[in-house]
Amino acid sequence: MSEWVQLGDKAHCRFGDKGDTGLFVVVPYEAGDFEALAATLTPERVGQHLGGLPAEWVTCRPCPGLGAIVIAVRSSLGGGVTASLALDAHGKTLSGYLLGMRVLLERQKISLHQR
Amino acid sequence: MKEQGYTGSIFRIGVGAGFAGDRLEPAVELAGRGELDALVFEILAERTIALAQRRRRAGSGPGFDERLAERVGAVLAPMMERRAVIITNGGAADPRGGGLAVHAAARRLGLAGCRVMVVTGDDVAARIDPDSCTILETGEPLADYRERLISANVYLGAGALIEALRLAPDVIVAGRTTDAALFLAPLRYAFGWAADDWERLAAGSVVGHLLECAGQLTGGYFADGERKLVPNLARLGFPYADVQADGSAILAKLPGSGGRLDRATCTEQLLYEVDDPASYLTPDVTVDFRGVRLEEVGPDRVRVSGAQGRPPPETLKASLGLDGGFVGTGQISYAGPGCLARARLAAEIIRERWAVIYGREPAALRADLIGLTSCTPWAGLEAPEGASPPEVRLRLAVQSFERQVAVDLAREIEALYTNGPAGGGGVETTVRDSVILRSTLVPREIVRTEVEVLE
Repeated sequence: MSEWVQLGDKAHCRFGDKGDTGLFVVVPYEAGDFEALAATLTPERVGQHLGGLPAEWVTCRPCPGLGAIVIAVRSSLGGGVTASLALDAHGKTLSGYLLGMRVLLERQKISLHQR
Repeated sequence: MKEQGYTGSIFRIGVGAGFAGDRLEPAVELAGRGELDALVFEILAERTIALAQRRRRAGSGPGFDERLAERVGAVLAPMMERRAVIITNGGAADPRGGGLAVHAAARRLGLAGCRVMVVTGDDVAARIDPDSCTILETGEPLADYRERLISANVYLGAGALIEALRLAPDVIVAGRTTDAALFLAPLRYAFGWAADDWERLAAGSVVGHLLECAGQLTGGYFADGERKLVPNLARLGFPYADVQADGSAILAKLPGSGGRLDRATCTEQLLYEVDDPASYLTPDVTVDFRGVRLEEVGPDRVRVSGAQGRPPPETLKASLGLDGGFVGTGQISYAGPGCLARARLAAEIIRERWAVIYGREPAALRADLIGLTSCTPWAGLEAPEGASPPEVRLRLAVQSFERQVAVDLAREIEALYTNGPAGGGGVETTVRDSVILRSTLVPREIVRTEVEVLE
């Protein structure tokens, strides 16, 4: 069973910046969505959503214990908050932008843990 | 806390500010009825120290946080009465100046016995060797930026603050430290944790990491007004932690204060600034967040435990402030049918004049359409297909080492009033100094911290 959803319907997000690296934490509202979201949030797809960034710049790290997915995006902030000419130089608003991503959630009968 | 040898079984540490612009009264509430053992003001952002250094050099203002004495003064009497300590990094580029300002504020309040400790040694600008340093973000040698280097400050760990804690302080004023160290230091001191007790140092760092952004743990920066509801954000309460000797803690906020504190708010705060949750580097300990447990143990109460620790890196991270020249920006709004076309036309006019009149590269001008592209990763003037907004605001920005370039852009945007497309309004322009922050790694040996007692 699979369904297309907007990420923001299934998870919330906060963004942080470290130098020129953008950092997102994506937290599913329902613990049961964690594995499906962790599987669908790949560097390729996240990079694509963020304006076509190369997958090599993106790292997605699921933290099953905390029920959250940590995403780091290198070289994505126009040189960082102090160098960027953007209106939102931190990139703080990107948390909302990421939540607009369309993702395909695939439910599996056997969870990844049990496999 | 003031007396040597803390004997309680639980150490209560609160946070009174999570950034330089934070609200004042949540700290006053915590100090007044929070029964704290320590209160931290984390008011030094990455670029603040370079801006403060520049301000100090230019003689245009203090090198320490301008609201430092106001913040400390607002909580000093109840904190001193409890013999509880206030710890802050608000000394910024001039911890001694900040300490003197706090000391003067204490005297004005009639708290003459106030002992202020100044921690210095983070400023390594005079000791750093540009020829052996690489800029972490770009891989370039720091030597290439020798002329532009304004400040170099090492992120101090808890050790330097512990030296101050031994001297029975009422207030500790430091400059650049890690945010977590401001919290870890009093915990380490109170419980006598060894400098290589990695598990407890990791636990204390996690407590600090959770508290350091103040209201961001208690529902600030969390609400969406629909699904993520937070009660009474107008009176958001700041958090505190009841920490036990094993490093586990219960996070809470004062009864009656606004906000919410639960697993969801804690998870966002714990992980949002972490690149690799398995390996969060600090000068005190390398923290593994993956095993952290967050348990809701009551209304607005979360128990945190389970952090793992390993030895820290050999080197220390230093934050470098580089002269970034000047930035000029300007904005103008257009409304109604065709507003998007008029905003784009305005941008074209400026780009053409940038090339023809000024002989400069128009590609150096950053353009955004506020309301359409300014908060997307790509920015620019390409709106989504078919977009027909009721209004749009054009924003242009430029960076240059010549101030005149920034001024020229601001003036050109203003001149769109009578020379540009129809119906432009609400022009606002800015010209400001720019300091660019980079980082590098330095050997621990070049750092020599000192504590000065002001009494």
